[in-house]
Amino acid sequence: MHVSSALFWIVSGAVGCLIVNSNKTMTFSSTNISLIKSFMIIWIITIVVVFIFYSLKQYGGREYWEFPPVLSIPIVIAWILLMIGYYRHWLSIKNKKPLYIIMWGTGILFFFITFLEQNLWHIDWFRESYLREITVQWKANGSMVGAWNQMIYGTSLYMMVRISGNKQIAQNKSVYFFYFLSLSNLMFNWGHHIYNVPTAGWVRHVSYAISMTEWLFFISMIRSFKGKLSEYRRLKNLTTYRFIIASELWLFFNLTLAIMMSIPAINMYTHGTHITVAHAMGTTIGINSMILLGAIGYLLGIDDTYGRIKRFVQYGFYISQISLIIFWISLIVAGILKGYRGRVLNIDSFQEIMSPVIGALKIFSISGIGVLAGMALISICYLQLLRKKKKIL
Amino acid sequence: MFLRIWIVLFIIFISYTIGLYMFCDDGTILKPDENIIAGRNTWQEKNCQSCHQLYGLGGYMGPDLTNIISTKGVNRAKTFIKYGTGKMPDMSLSDEEVNNLIAYLSWIDNTGKSEITPDKIHWTGTYIIKEKAW
Ligand code: HEC
Repeated sequence: MHVSSALFWIVSGAVGCLIVNSNKTMTFSSTNISLIKSFMIIWIITIVVVFIFYSLKQYGGREYWEFPPVLSIPIVIAWILLMIGYYRHWLSIKNKKPLYIIMWGTGILFFFITFLEQNLWHIDWFRESYLREITVQWKANGSMVGAWNQMIYGTSLYMMVRISGNKQIAQNKSVYFFYFLSLSNLMFNWGHHIYNVPTAGWVRHVSYAISMTEWLFFISMIRSFKGKLSEYRRLKNLTTYRFIIASELWLFFNLTLAIMMSIPAINMYTHGTHITVAHAMGTTIGINSMILLGAIGYLLGIDDTYGRIKRFVQYGFYISQISLIIFWISLIVAGILKGYRGRVLNIDSFQEIMSPVIGALKIFSISGIGVLAGMALISICYLQLLRKKKKIL
Repeated sequence: MFLRIWIVLFIIFISYTIGLYMFCDDGTILKPDENIIAGRNTWQEKNCQSCHQLYGLGGYMGPDLTNIISTKGVNRAKTFIKYGTGKMPDMSLSDEEVNNLIAYLSWIDNTGKSEITPDKIHWTGTYIIKEKAW
């Protein structure tokens, strides 16, 4: 259930920021706006209905989207409306060179493809073999993460362009190269979820090979570190920029983790442990949510306000960051303990494997409250800011 | 140029996807019968995956159940499912539902082993799982 809540927040946030920012680069026509509005209405109603079903303990029992499968229908319909509205607008954009425009379009398209793919299990043929079913499901789940990353990183890139005033950073050979690299990873780098599933060997080998291209991201991040540092000195007063820089740090940590997990010989110990959760939480909270909170703050003009609200947003920022570090590390510790006790010591009883892990999980829960509290504080400040703005208007 | 690379990549993606659907598994596993399908439906309706994993995928509150039938036996699994324990909830399932769940879990058990043993690791770091002939 919490997985779906996180997904809904991320996807809604990603689409919301994307639409508002696209509208700034070029205003939507009124037909397109009404299409997107109808998307929003159906989308929100569906989310509410999903949570009603959860509270009634009615599940669909699939990972990621645990709601009863009929609710996928309104989601698909809503998304089609969004696509019509967005792509009509997209086609009329004359200058598509800035990469964020391409990334937004890519993300919306692949979310649709992967969402459909996630529902292929309704066709019996896919379920005749459990191996096929699980492979297709995790292919779709893995790629879907790539899809919303396209939307969110697009927004992050857009903000960087606006903050730094340098248009070049969104249209040079190197960002285009990394776009294609991340697109290939979106398409083919999902195999680490199912390395241990006895599918045909090449499924594993292809994913492994593709995932090793992530080293290029890694190297490029290290190489650009110095430039970032001077940029940081220049821009560190901006709250929005802090969110972005935090997300980049988390990207670095999680990329390291991801590369490790993509090596099957290491995956053997991390698979099915809390290290996977650390990776999932680290990316959704550390990277995606920070970019989204930064983007929302940017839209609300957080850096043009002074006094209490801005200060509280910064408190919220630090509370959530520090808690998140503890949160992340405790999950990794829990994962290492579970992997070590289960796979190396080969302890048989589940209870016994878990007994020392529980301690780490307690720290994890407490720091989790900190993360939520920090993010809640930021959200409350944003709401107040929004109210103030409304009054002025 | 940009568009061309994009289209080529997309075509590779689609071809790979279709190839994957067709050939990711060699088709030697028996198709599920009615009981297995019923068990699978119960598995989904009761959201067992929120606490349990199959092939390491799922929730972490309970143990991985991929090979639970072959390692711990049917009777033990039945008792757990029927009555629960302190941590595993008793979902007051009927005997029929329990049997179907067992059929489903046995079916999955036959597809392979969830745990990889060190001898399956190739020097490049990937796995060579040669349980079947492919
Ligand atoms: C709230 C979480 C939760 C849910 C939901 C849940 N389980 Fe469990 N299950 C557990 C825990 C925890 C254990 C370990 C209990 C113990 O060792 O005392 C367990 C143990 C088991 C075992 C025995 C494993 C062994 O070591 O022999 C089986 C079989 C099992 N569950 C099947 C199911 C099935 C089938 C469902 C769905 C109908 C289900 N469980 C739903 C938490 C859950």
